[in-house]
Amino acid sequence: MRRLINQQPGRAGALMLSALPFILVVAAYLHYSNARLVQNPGDKLLPAPATIAATIRQFALEEDERSGEYLLWNDTRASLERLLTALAISAFLGVTLGVAIGVLPYLRHALAPFVAAVSLIPPLAILPILFIVVGLGELAKITLIIIGVAPVIVRDLAMRTGELPGEQMIKVQTLGASTWQLVLRVVLPQMWPRLIDALRLTLGSAWLFLIAAEAIASTEGLGYRIFLVRRYLAMDVILPYVAWITVLAFSMDWLLRLLRTKAFAWAKAGG
Amino acid sequence: MTQVTVKRLWKEFGAQVVLENINLHIGDHEFVTIVGASGCGKTTFLRLLLGVETPSRGEFLIDGRPLPSEPGPDRGIVFQRYSLFPHLTVIDNLLLGLELRGSPMLGRLFGRRRRRALDRADQLLDAVGLQGAADKYPQQLSGGMQQRLSIAQSVICEPKILLLDEPFGALDPGITSDMHTLILKLWNMNKMTVFMVTHDLQESFALGTRLLVFDKVRADAQAPDAFGATITFNIPLRGRRVLDNLANTVS
Repeated sequence: MRRLINQQPGRAGALMLSALPFILVVAAYLHYSNARLVQNPGDKLLPAPATIAATIRQFALEEDERSGEYLLWNDTRASLERLLTALAISAFLGVTLGVAIGVLPYLRHALAPFVAAVSLIPPLAILPILFIVVGLGELAKITLIIIGVAPVIVRDLAMRTGELPGEQMIKVQTLGASTWQLVLRVVLPQMWPRLIDALRLTLGSAWLFLIAAEAIASTEGLGYRIFLVRRYLAMDVILPYVAWITVLAFSMDWLLRLLRTKAFAWAKAGG
Repeated sequence: MTQVTVKRLWKEFGAQVVLENINLHIGDHEFVTIVGASGCGKTTFLRLLLGVETPSRGEFLIDGRPLPSEPGPDRGIVFQRYSLFPHLTVIDNLLLGLELRGSPMLGRLFGRRRRRALDRADQLLDAVGLQGAADKYPQQLSGGMQQRLSIAQSVICEPKILLLDEPFGALDPGITSDMHTLILKLWNMNKMTVFMVTHDLQESFALGTRLLVFDKVRADAQAPDAFGATITFNIPLRGRRVLDNLANTVS
């Protein structure tokens, strides 16, 4: 008997093992849903697959009676617009500030402790301040995500920049590089894959802040919808919405990982 | 013509004296090899030359002028490791120095100027025996190939002085003799002054035109940091004869 740590599943076995938890969850859901509906056909907690399918069809393929919009797509568009805008701004701040702090000692002394302090403020705690200062519009939601995500990316990239071997920094100076050239040709190109890693890691909290902001003050969006229909115990809406958000988040993560391996062949992927 | 002059140089880190009373004159186109026990300030001396450290006392002059207090293109460096850029291919690593010099804003050359730079880089790539590897990334190269590229990368900038910090220390013994041939060839082609720190005494005799030995002449068991190392031997060698022999065998 080989040690457990040396035992590997085959190809098909690995695929089955990966699928197993998903299958178990679905099976458990079907079992309990069925059991509850047998007892009480009006049960709303675990709706039958057919009910969920009908709801999905209604939200995705039929216009809403009141607004004339396809609710699922409209919510998705609204949420993704907020999320992607906030992530783009955070990435821009992360790269510019992070690299500058990592490269320039004066800026490091001036800003690194401040950024560290800001990154520890719980963003949700200052959400009321945002609502008071910038109102309940899009700006408040996007700002909340940026406040939650950007300081983390700034700190991460500043650290990664600092971790570049000192030999490299000295070498490029002996090749005649100015500070600007050093940043442009040596630091930035090595930070792009790091930025992608940082974005992937902060994606989860970005979604968290998005849903939280939408739940509190919004008129459209995935988080808004979930919290709206909660009042009617509409699990047939909430469950597919949660699944859809998961699919979106997973796809974004997957796309970023693909971009990293395709565009930065020189950098070995970190998983 | 490059003259390096050191006058009564001291280097201290706080209370710790690393180098004391270094006096030195190095003429043009010398190949200086530096040996000494670990912790005898060989690398500190190199870092002073590089401009990463500044002298605590004394003078460090190149051609009669004080050494700049930061690294610059007149002094190239090859470290034992980590001096290549992992995001650039071999040819781009080699081109970097030319591109930085030719394009202050973008650090990149295009069109005719890039082709001219590429010609230079290709020549040098041939000279260091990496012609087949132009499009590989440094991490795909063996240790010996990486060091050859790192040397070529510095040499392309035509530095007056080339500093080598145990450049072959991490390589297989079999490869080092090839590397010796190469470094002597480049030293002779570019008429530069070389300072090379090494652990290998044989290497220091085989390559150098001058051997410097760093050692502590005074020691106090109660205060090990109170005294620093100095140059205990400054021996002119006949490395040039080795080179002549080499030139004969090559031709």
